[in-house]
Amino acid sequence: MSTPQPPTQPAAPAWGAAAPGSPYPGYASPIPVVRTHFGHALASEWTKIKSVRSTMWTLGVFVLLVVGIGLLTGVVVASTDPDLGGENALSMGFFGLLLGIMCIITLGVLTTASEYGTGMIRTTMVACPSRGRVLAAKALVFFLIAFVVTLVSVTAVAFLHVAMLEGSNAGEPTGGEWLKATVGISLYIALLGTLSLAVGSIVRHSAGAITLMIGAVLAPLVIAMFMFASSLEDVRIALFEYSIPNQLSIFYANSLSTSGPSGWDPLWIMIGLTAVVLGGAFALLGKRDV
Amino acid sequence: MIELEGLTKRYGEKVAVNNLTFTVRPGIVTGFLGPNGAGKSTTMRMMLGLDRPTAGDVRIDGRHYDRLKDPLKYIGALLDAKAVHGGRSAFNHLLCLAQSNGIPRQRVHEVLDTVGLSSVAGKKAKGFSLGMGQRLGIAGALLGDPRILMFDEPVNGLDPEGIHWIRTLMRTLAAQGRTVFVSSHLMSEMALTADHLVVIGQGRLLADTSMADFIAHNSRAYVRIRSPQRERLLDVLHGAGITVVESGGATLEVDGTEAERIGELAARHQLVLHELSPQRASLEEAFMRLTAESVEYHAHSDAPAPPQQWGDGWKKD
Repeated sequence: MSTPQPPTQPAAPAWGAAAPGSPYPGYASPIPVVRTHFGHALASEWTKIKSVRSTMWTLGVFVLLVVGIGLLTGVVVASTDPDLGGENALSMGFFGLLLGIMCIITLGVLTTASEYGTGMIRTTMVACPSRGRVLAAKALVFFLIAFVVTLVSVTAVAFLHVAMLEGSNAGEPTGGEWLKATVGISLYIALLGTLSLAVGSIVRHSAGAITLMIGAVLAPLVIAMFMFASSLEDVRIALFEYSIPNQLSIFYANSLSTSGPSGWDPLWIMIGLTAVVLGGAFALLGKRDV
Repeated sequence: MIELEGLTKRYGEKVAVNNLTFTVRPGIVTGFLGPNGAGKSTTMRMMLGLDRPTAGDVRIDGRHYDRLKDPLKYIGALLDAKAVHGGRSAFNHLLCLAQSNGIPRQRVHEVLDTVGLSSVAGKKAKGFSLGMGQRLGIAGALLGDPRILMFDEPVNGLDPEGIHWIRTLMRTLAAQGRTVFVSSHLMSEMALTADHLVVIGQGRLLADTSMADFIAHNSRAYVRIRSPQRERLLDVLHGAGITVVESGGATLEVDGTEAERIGELAARHQLVLHELSPQRASLEEAFMRLTAESVEYHAHSDAPAPPQQWGDGWKKD
């Protein structure tokens, strides 16, 4: 480490003549004053998210899972020379995504909670005292990244599957089916990640928030599985139908059950859920000490 | 300029900061002194809008911190060196801070140069030593070339060269007309850098005084005397109207009397003296006495002595 020099400031001491009209004397900086806005916070959060390795890791594993498992499924199914009986090939993208959402959840939680773990949050909030702006910028940057990465991965897998299974009596997907299986599912997953980000901001502890989110994904299915009492049959079915894996499968029109949410319902459910939890995160962030 | 008015912070039953009122002025280094757990960091966090005060108010150049549109150009703060994501490089850490305040990228290189971290700008912060982390924190504080600088225990973990550098830096910054507010639990450190002192203990204001006044009032001058003819000496001194404090053993202490006069008195009465030495209480000792009542975490083996009569006099002013 080189010997540091005390700073040599080009500006002379400006006693009593700081900002024009300011009754407070003191130093006046040569750096131009900029009124900060949301764009500054976005730029800052973009730098933050791309400059840590965990982003590359989680997104890399996500792409690997979605594309890799998608490819594997396609190869296995195509090699057995199946008869899909008119069902479209898009639905095979489901398996990769089911595992892949864990990565998106992890990255979402880390985006907020890791700042609490490292103490970085204090530096962040000193630099940008409007706390809501910080959270909004984080949420938007993360949402866009998650959406784009998911969209690219699932679209690639969808094209692959359709091409691979052309001769297997697979139905030609309609435009609506394409939209749901690419844009729809990507929006859903990006929102699920944003929900995790909000949970991370509320829980302020990476491991805790990740556990909570994975629990939220898996618990309803597991609980439903062991709910034998016939008086609880309705609850069991609801748990099953509204569980996140089942909601995911609805985008591929191969719902694990026949009743319950259908069509674009899961997206509306996720928008509502994310809005409520994110709202809670905003309220708590404003109220609590950093 | 930082103005605090009746600033109070309670955590449940516990009062961390109790009705603090003082002003930190520009152009000088103001030392913020108190034992561990006195509420220094909590006070600084409230100044920066991180913690919400239970009562009272704190204003930066007349405004609340969260009303500042470009906060890094008003205040640069070093809170603790660990407030960094270890996986991010020094440059990227500073860059994301700069971007959030619209500070040009060039400035990041400048501050890295100022603190001497240019050569490790691309290295991850988690590999930094305590001293390098501290320098990175200071670089962040200097980023906006701010009017006010706030350092929480800046010399922690620095080597002697680094400590010297920090002192020079703080003096330079203050000389440029900036407000410099620095906390410490070391009186000796403050004596070398601060022009003004704010002392707190258990969240209460104990002193708000210039360094020169603090030294004048607290650095007690006294004369230490040892004599085998202790009883006779006491009589002689008493007869001359000199008050003597018996400080245990055979040692006597006399406040505010010159050693010459005692020596002459002893000679006139043909008394043997084994020691006659003028003493000055250290500032560290003065600080310990001032805060003794309010130290939160006593070490049990050798708790600081309870405050003595001489320390009470100036607390009134």
